[in-house]
Amino acid sequence: MFSLVAFIPRAILQGMPLLFGCTGETISEKVGSLNLGIPGVMYVGAICGVIGSFLYEQSCGGQIVPIIAILIPFFACLAGSLLMGLLFAFLTVTLRANQNVTGLAMTTFGIGFGNFFGGSLMKLTGSSVPSIALSATSRAFRTSLPFADDCGWFGKIFLSYGFMTYLAVAIALVTAFVLTRTRIGLQLRAIGENPATADAAGIDVNKYKYFAICIGCMIAGLGGLFYVMDYANGVWSNDAFGDRGWLAIALVIFTLWKPNVAIFGSILFGGLYILNLFIPGAGMATKELYKMLPYVVTIIVLVITSMRRKREHQPPESLGLPYFREDR
Amino acid sequence: MKENNKIKKEPLIKLSRRADIDRKHSWTYRALAIVAALIVDAIIIMAIVHMNPFDIYGTMIAGAFGTSRKVWITLKELSLLLLISIALTPAYKMKFWNLGGEGQVLMGAWATALCMLYLGDKLPGALLILVMFVAAVLVGAIWAMIPAIFKAKWGTNETLFTLMMNYVAIQLIAYFIIKWEVPKGSGHVGIINQSTQAGWLPYIGANSYPLIVGLVILVTVGMHIYLKYSKHGYEISVVGESQRTATYVGISVDRVIIRTLFLSGAICGFAGWLMVSGSDHTITTTISGGMGFTGIMVSWLAQFNVIVMILCSLLIVFMGQGAGEIATSFGLNQAFGDILTGIIIFFIIGVEFFINYKVHIRKSSGKEEA
Amino acid sequence: MNNIENREIAVSLRNVTKTFGSVVANNNISLDIYKGEILSLLGENGSGKTTLMNMLAGIYAPDGGQIFVDGEEAVIRSPQDAFDYQIGMIHQHFKLVDVFSAAENIILGMPGKMKLDKKAILKDIQDTVDRYGFEIDLNKKIYEMSVSEKQTVEIIKVLYRGAQILILDEPTAVLTPQETEKLFFVLRAMKDHGRTIVIITHKLQEVLELSDRVAVLRKGEYAGVVDTKDATENSLTEMMVGKKVELNIDRTDPVNVRDLVRIEHLTCLNKYGIKALDDVTFTIRGGEILGIAGIAGAGQKELLEAIAGLQKAEPGSSVMYRAIDNNDEIQLLGKDVNDIKNLGISLAFVPEDRLGMGLVGNMGMVGNMLLRSYNEGRGIFTREKEPRQLAEEIREKLEVSTPDVYTPVRKLSGGNVQKVLVGREISLAPRVLMTAYAVRGLDINTSYTIYNILSDEKKKGVGVVYVGEDLDVLIELCDRILVLCEGKVSGLVDARTTTKEEIGLLMTKYSGDHIAKIDVKKLMADDEEA
Repeated sequence: MFSLVAFIPRAILQGMPLLFGCTGETISEKVGSLNLGIPGVMYVGAICGVIGSFLYEQSCGGQIVPIIAILIPFFACLAGSLLMGLLFAFLTVTLRANQNVTGLAMTTFGIGFGNFFGGSLMKLTGSSVPSIALSATSRAFRTSLPFADDCGWFGKIFLSYGFMTYLAVAIALVTAFVLTRTRIGLQLRAIGENPATADAAGIDVNKYKYFAICIGCMIAGLGGLFYVMDYANGVWSNDAFGDRGWLAIALVIFTLWKPNVAIFGSILFGGLYILNLFIPGAGMATKELYKMLPYVVTIIVLVITSMRRKREHQPPESLGLPYFREDR
Repeated sequence: MKENNKIKKEPLIKLSRRADIDRKHSWTYRALAIVAALIVDAIIIMAIVHMNPFDIYGTMIAGAFGTSRKVWITLKELSLLLLISIALTPAYKMKFWNLGGEGQVLMGAWATALCMLYLGDKLPGALLILVMFVAAVLVGAIWAMIPAIFKAKWGTNETLFTLMMNYVAIQLIAYFIIKWEVPKGSGHVGIINQSTQAGWLPYIGANSYPLIVGLVILVTVGMHIYLKYSKHGYEISVVGESQRTATYVGISVDRVIIRTLFLSGAICGFAGWLMVSGSDHTITTTISGGMGFTGIMVSWLAQFNVIVMILCSLLIVFMGQGAGEIATSFGLNQAFGDILTGIIIFFIIGVEFFINYKVHIRKSSGKEEA
Repeated sequence: MNNIENREIAVSLRNVTKTFGSVVANNNISLDIYKGEILSLLGENGSGKTTLMNMLAGIYAPDGGQIFVDGEEAVIRSPQDAFDYQIGMIHQHFKLVDVFSAAENIILGMPGKMKLDKKAILKDIQDTVDRYGFEIDLNKKIYEMSVSEKQTVEIIKVLYRGAQILILDEPTAVLTPQETEKLFFVLRAMKDHGRTIVIITHKLQEVLELSDRVAVLRKGEYAGVVDTKDATENSLTEMMVGKKVELNIDRTDPVNVRDLVRIEHLTCLNKYGIKALDDVTFTIRGGEILGIAGIAGAGQKELLEAIAGLQKAEPGSSVMYRAIDNNDEIQLLGKDVNDIKNLGISLAFVPEDRLGMGLVGNMGMVGNMLLRSYNEGRGIFTREKEPRQLAEEIREKLEVSTPDVYTPVRKLSGGNVQKVLVGREISLAPRVLMTAYAVRGLDINTSYTIYNILSDEKKKGVGVVYVGEDLDVLIELCDRILVLCEGKVSGLVDARTTTKEEIGLLMTKYSGDHIAKIDVKKLMADDEEA
């Protein structure tokens, strides 16, 4: 029996890492930086949060203060993602390296980084626990509103989540607002469309690119943190995060670079990920086909927009291209 | 008319594009970058496992070349990575961003496994291998041609399209793995035709690796000649340099794009065939070990130079194998190699800047009179 | 008008030098710009006018020299710096974001409240728009606009930023004469409001009509400045080219003239669906040089490309080639480059964009020789020997200066690049040789080399088409001159009897009545108030 009340919260939980990643990538792409390192950034964000939390839990022997247990991994995650963002920005903006190659290298590096520390953390710290399970921290992350349970189906669908779910939606809404309704958004978009024009208009192209790439990476990194702390109950297992980083990039195209649309898009993608569990008779094999659907629909969207040639729906004009003012 | 009489300072660093740099210089820079990267890698290893750097690289060399079996594994890995880089090169030369190598390899592997499973007991050995080969090459080629057709006809962004095609391929294979899994519920296909060895590439010595190395050398030489001396290769160069020039002399840009991607995908499919038939004798979603992506970096970093491609592949495979050895002996995670490789690639990516641009640093003189 | 001598200096350039790689774009240039004047910066293509002004606009940084604004040394390292000094530049290639509206483009990069209040912004811009009497829909997207609308947006953008010094780079190149008149009116009005205007141009007529003073650049060097009232076309030309050039092209009388290509009712659309060519009919004849004159963008490019099989034509059009041996007529339209080649018709085409279309910049001479012949011969491999021989031959015959025939042609100078291109095209032993702006940017010597090549081809019975911009050259080189105006044929004249004035009039024959964007009356009323 298909239960929407059971399905939607799980789809949302599946969707939120994608939403973080998608919002981050959208900001980056809006300034013309196709950051294919986002999957790696999300791994790094996750593992930095895990390391921070692990060290904290180890140091206080299980007696954690919830607010500190949240803040430490949260900022560790932001710091790690920021470093990745700086690396990408330094290589592609300052050193004008090819974005595709840099991004892929960052993804290789980031996933390796995550898996290495995820797999070696106990060994490196000489701790005695058998695996990384940060259940106390995770509980803090997943604390939902106290009255959620009393609100029936409404509470289950809308109120049953940890704070990061609402944070993801809020960040997406704010990003959409900033990009379309504010001066800084106008300037960011101008850089992605035509950096020479933005430059001539007195906008510091490199500064904004650094800014957008770093902010984008930090937001995306939170997606990784959400996955471990909220979705996976604080249990790190290597490669469990899977291809969600790439799904996030697909989601950017699917939503035509609109983070507010991505809120629904992420839930849709998340739903497809777990649809098999709710459809009777769908086997393990079918599940894999459902997981293929987000990529297929993204390709279809990409193809249709390129056929229709509506200017507003195209990728940012200078996506993937470096900018050097004195080139001629 | 101007109220603020601020005198702007000369910026500290000024850049200009180098008119030209001689070959010797640029290779010196690249070599220095690799040395710097190896030093950084050594420092990281030291920090983590507290080994001295000479021991580290000693262990790594032992890991990659210590025994003849290890040498062959390294050579096989090197060949496969090189093959995929070679496959992607014509597309890049045409300035077509084929990020779909991974998917094309996987689809080739899928077609190979399909033939092995369903035709394994129906066809004689040599014919089976031939059918597998044709199927793998065709499926890989078609997988690459789909985005190419859309690019040629409608200008669909090929970077994003080819990227997405990878995951369609991965999920497709994930689906078939469950269909084919042995035993049911294990999530693995297991060694295909273990008993009959039908569809396995013939062994030379203990395995088929020498055959793989030989075939890759053939393809590499062939591709070098194709790009440098053939009419097709010439068309690829012209289209890559300027589509308008191509049109002006009557080259059909659409046809060249589709044809080149067909070739690119076919070789990727070929790589998939080698992996299943020649090396792994099974199929997994990770059979290519991310080489479809690593190959992109190798191909791009080598700037179409075959020798550099070989060296680059060697470096990456060596780091992977060597780091694996260190990780094993210290009980660390195998992903160690990815970190070290990543750092090397960052350095190589970064050094291109210093080859293409000149950096002028302002001399601190009294030029800024506030 | 104020007395120029008593004027304050707004901007002063001192010994400014700029190089790109090995090319010196500006060498040691010193120039003063007075407040409230219209200064023309005159020079041929490639003389360094735009580069010099780009350094004022913060696009390029000078390699040497100083810039003073209001008597104080200014370091302009970015367009933002330029705005701070109240300098605004309207570039030839508009710097507009296509998917943004006019208003969004105008406020781009301006300080202000973080949240965009669309209404307030529109009202604010509308004030500027009304003051100068522009007519523009501020909500219209740039990609939906005509060229002249885009230019209007650019001008409003600079005015809205309160620029005191406006630099316009070849603003009239894309305008009809009537639009040009209106632009000049606005510029004069701005001058009367005390703004300083620099207009970059290579059109003498405009210089004389509009400006107070003329500064001339010649091949990156400063050639001097004169008051417009003391200048004549001749004196300015002399400054531009160094010394008075007596064109002395050896023109022979055509012999054995025969019809070669009959173009009838040729109509083509440009990429925006607007008629680039409108019912064009004329004949290319073997044994003579047919000149084609017209202001930039009058359909020259489409005409040559349609004949060469690179441009689609509308139904009803016809391009008939008459074969030499049997006088059979062959329709060329609907055939692509290869079809035409396979019919045995040798058509040579020297396009305007030499490195972007005619040649591959990153290949050497040998590789570029292969462009036309790579597909010849059996087998899958390209031939090596013939193109190398051809390259060596051209290098020797046309005195191409290059280290060797494998050096990428983008590293050669403009003249040598053109020699490689023309050399390759005539090596095809063409029946028809079409050239677009074949001597643009070339020095006098190379130009003469090209003229001689064209004349030699004519003597061989080739039908030569010469699209040019210099009327003197057209008149002295060609036998007949076809004049295009807005895609239509406005005249076909005998080069031996015509005058520059006649051609000039034909070039603007149909110009005019469409797209009048600026309300002149409103502007005049405004001026009187001020």
